[in-house]
Amino acid sequence: MTAIAEPELATPVAPEASPAPAEPEAEPKTHDVLLINYSGELEKVWALMILASTSAAMGARTRVFVTFWGLLAFVKDERRITGQNWMQKMLSFMQRPGISHRKLSKLNFLGMGPWMMGKLAKQYNVSSPKELLELAQELGVEFMPCQMTMDMYGLTRDDLIEGMGEPVGAATVIGLMQEGSAPLFI
Amino acid sequence: MSTLEIAAHVDARGLSCPMPIVRTAQAMKNVGAGQLVEVLATDPGSVKDFEAWTKSTGNTMVESGVEGGVYRFVLRHK
Repeated sequence: MTAIAEPELATPVAPEASPAPAEPEAEPKTHDVLLINYSGELEKVWALMILASTSAAMGARTRVFVTFWGLLAFVKDERRITGQNWMQKMLSFMQRPGISHRKLSKLNFLGMGPWMMGKLAKQYNVSSPKELLELAQELGVEFMPCQMTMDMYGLTRDDLIEGMGEPVGAATVIGLMQEGSAPLFI
Repeated sequence: MSTLEIAAHVDARGLSCPMPIVRTAQAMKNVGAGQLVEVLATDPGSVKDFEAWTKSTGNTMVESGVEGGVYRFVLRHK
């Protein structure tokens, strides 16, 4: 009795049981996923990379809009000082860019926190943000840097890691949401 | 044990979330439609995760089981 209900004329009271039966189990419908990466702290970047790689692994077209502090994680690890003017240079000096140099928002303790997190991650076979970033790129996640943030920090495309997409603005992000991408702000 | 023809193996034993899923997705890319991928994992969360993964990717779970703390999934590429 759970099989496909043949069209019975007297439909019993089933409030939401029969919205357009359509073809049984057609293509599973997945929405595009849009992650908005605003934060640059270690724990946020880590969560972002886990979600982005998983989303792509689950067959969803996955885009990440990288803005404000988030963009610092997408500067090449070996870049030390970035920017054109003294303030931009000072900012990069005070907050070292690169995915391997992220700090915890709490319990950072001059690097003790991230070091212990790294140790624990190794011990429990948790992949590092950098490994997950590489996997995400391999799986086709599109990372879109925010043009405005790049200007503000004085970052060039050459400062950013390989494989970043075209710089875009807020309108692109809103446009994707309007088209039905499931958004998540980290 | 059944005699299924496995096209690719994924050893995700010891790996934690999201690696069992990510490695499986990578392996799936390299096999053709209808072929089977066998996954070994020790992450208890992977049981639910593979359920969600098959649901959204459209691949199917052919076999699943656990033995001595090792989960085994056989998945068919759609």
